[in-house]
Amino acid sequence: MATLEIRDLHVTVEADNATKEILKGVDLTVKQGETHAIMGPNGSGKSTLAYSLAGHPKYTITGGTVLLDGEDVLEMSVDERARAGLFLAMQYPVEVPGVSVSNFLRTSATAIRGEAPKLRTWVKEVKEAMARLNMDPSFAERNVNEGFSGGEKKRHEILQLELLKPKVAILDETDSGLDVDALRIVSEGVNRVRETGEVGTLLITHYTRILRYIKPDFVHVFSGGRIVESGGAELADKLENEGYEAYTKGGVSA
Amino acid sequence: MAEAQNAPTLGSARAGGPPPAGSTTAGAIAVAAESTVATRMSAPPSFDVADFPVPHGREEEWRFTPLERLRGLHDGTAVATGGGLKVAVDAPEGVVVETVDRDDARLGRAGTPVDRIAAQAYSAFEKAGVITVPKETVLTEPIRVAVHGEGGTAFAHQVIELGAFAEAVVVIDHTGDAVLAANVDYVLGDGAKLTVVSVQDWDDKAVHVAQHNALVGRDATFKSVVVTFGGDLVRLHPRVAYAGTGGEAELFGLYFTDAGQHQEHRLLVDHNVPHCKSNVVYKGALQGEDAHAVWIGDVLIEAKAEGTDTYEMNRNLVLTDGARVDSVPNLEIETGEIVGAGHASATGRFDDEQLFYLMARGIPADEARRLVVRGFFAELVQQIGVDDIEERLIARIETELETVSGSGR
Ligand SMILES: Nc1ncnc2c1ncn2[C@@H]1O[C@H](COP(=O)(O)OP(=O)(O)OP(=O)(O)O)[C@@H](O)[C@H]1O
Ligand SMILES: [Mg+2]
Repeated sequence: MATLEIRDLHVTVEADNATKEILKGVDLTVKQGETHAIMGPNGSGKSTLAYSLAGHPKYTITGGTVLLDGEDVLEMSVDERARAGLFLAMQYPVEVPGVSVSNFLRTSATAIRGEAPKLRTWVKEVKEAMARLNMDPSFAERNVNEGFSGGEKKRHEILQLELLKPKVAILDETDSGLDVDALRIVSEGVNRVRETGEVGTLLITHYTRILRYIKPDFVHVFSGGRIVESGGAELADKLENEGYEAYTKGGVSA
Repeated sequence: MAEAQNAPTLGSARAGGPPPAGSTTAGAIAVAAESTVATRMSAPPSFDVADFPVPHGREEEWRFTPLERLRGLHDGTAVATGGGLKVAVDAPEGVVVETVDRDDARLGRAGTPVDRIAAQAYSAFEKAGVITVPKETVLTEPIRVAVHGEGGTAFAHQVIELGAFAEAVVVIDHTGDAVLAANVDYVLGDGAKLTVVSVQDWDDKAVHVAQHNALVGRDATFKSVVVTFGGDLVRLHPRVAYAGTGGEAELFGLYFTDAGQHQEHRLLVDHNVPHCKSNVVYKGALQGEDAHAVWIGDVLIEAKAEGTDTYEMNRNLVLTDGARVDSVPNLEIETGEIVGAGHASATGRFDDEQLFYLMARGIPADEARRLVVRGFFAELVQQIGVDDIEERLIARIETELETVSGSGR
């Protein structure tokens, strides 16, 4: 069973000629089939956690370990991590001029699966996945994320999630910027992947809204660069009613 | 990449992200009573080099060009060396290949030199090449002109003429090392179809300045594909004018500008006749310190040219820091009775965030870079229509990319 183990993770960034510690000892274990929601106020370090796990060069790991099925993730390059089974749906997906969605998806699937998918079945697979996400077929011919609306970018991220079938999926604010219809479509996509039971999901969000569609097994409150409280789905209800004040204003994280 | 289409005002049109340092991508559509395309040149067109002042570098047509690297082509100090440039023509049966004297009546009919180096070339060449495809001759194999530099300085003139309803593909391939100033005339008879692929695959030190003049006959179709990879300084000036209604011109260009290279493409399409079409698409990738690409796209729709349909686009992909792009589309419209007119210019960067995004999907770094560049050029490569050139181009793009990933990014 695939397991992602994060132990005492410390991360810094360079900003304005100063080194700033953002993650201050994160501990978390995500097992295949589980869904963990990470909730926290703006600037608490949620995206930093997501990027650090994926290997973004801007973030420096200063301490701790990250293991995927016992393998040292921090030793791997960005592409190796993805091929090992980590997937990051980005809060702000990047535009890539000159590369069509269809070319991108196929190159990516080839890299992740270790061989080029058979063209006939692949075309069908992509078409069906796009249809399920209410994406017009014309998106396949457009350049990656170029001119996509916020909601289209998020759907495109979930399309990749469905096609690449990772062991652990980190979804960074996939819900932000979506209207109710898009939120439902995107959530259904995530749920399809979850229902296979083969993915561990780390759902990063600022709002409880998405948790009505995607039921987490665990909820963690993230504040000041670490997890300050963990619980079951009921913790989300508490956050819904009380907000993050208890954790930010002289609370646990101060 | 953001782009301006039919932007009614003068303004800047550039990529959404931060543009590469020192880049300009300005576009303009001017509705003018009189063209400024001609009036902003330092002298009117002429075959005589003496009619042009020696440029000092601040003139509109020279301001992007590093004059000190022209090896004297611009100021009269460049002297032809005998035998420094070999030209070999390989033509299918039915094609007439000639070498003619300066006074041959067929020279200089497609256009007149518009700057000092073109006039210098016209004033200094000794013999000219004339390739004729007789009327109604339809070639199934390309005519190949191999221009190989052996370190010399040369002034050249080449005419390629197609009679009425003739069809031909011509590949002009520049390799080796040379300092070359040239004029190339393309004369298309009524209903003729000509595709010219001009490949600039020079060695690192070469300097190549040329004016291409196409005169497109009634209902004729002209397609030019300019592919520039090599050279220290390449400055090409493809120009199109029409000799009758119903003419169509497609101008495609592809360049890959490396560290220290200056590659300049200045185009002019003169819609001087009603009911003609033009379509211009130039794309370039740049990498390395002081790689400099210049693209000037002038399209002029004269008052009498009603029914004109034109579009021009330039896109640049900047792969590393230190490269510079100047992209200036300029559309001048003297009549409102047109079918369509538009332009677009965009300069985008391939940056670390894009690299990260592709790698986060399992794609290794060098493959990610190849994916982006290949994808960027793909639609243009497909336009070439000459298999061995397409293959060579793709292979050449791959080697260019190896130099960048090898440079330790
Ligand atoms: N590359 C960076 N350079 C400088 N500072 C950074 C960088 N990335 C993150 N930070 C800082 O680290 C802190 C945490 O940022 P992060 O984006 O991880 O927060 P977040 O919890 O995802 O917030 P949000 O809810 O707004 O998405 C912020 O103070 C942010 O400004
Ligand atoms: Mg965030």
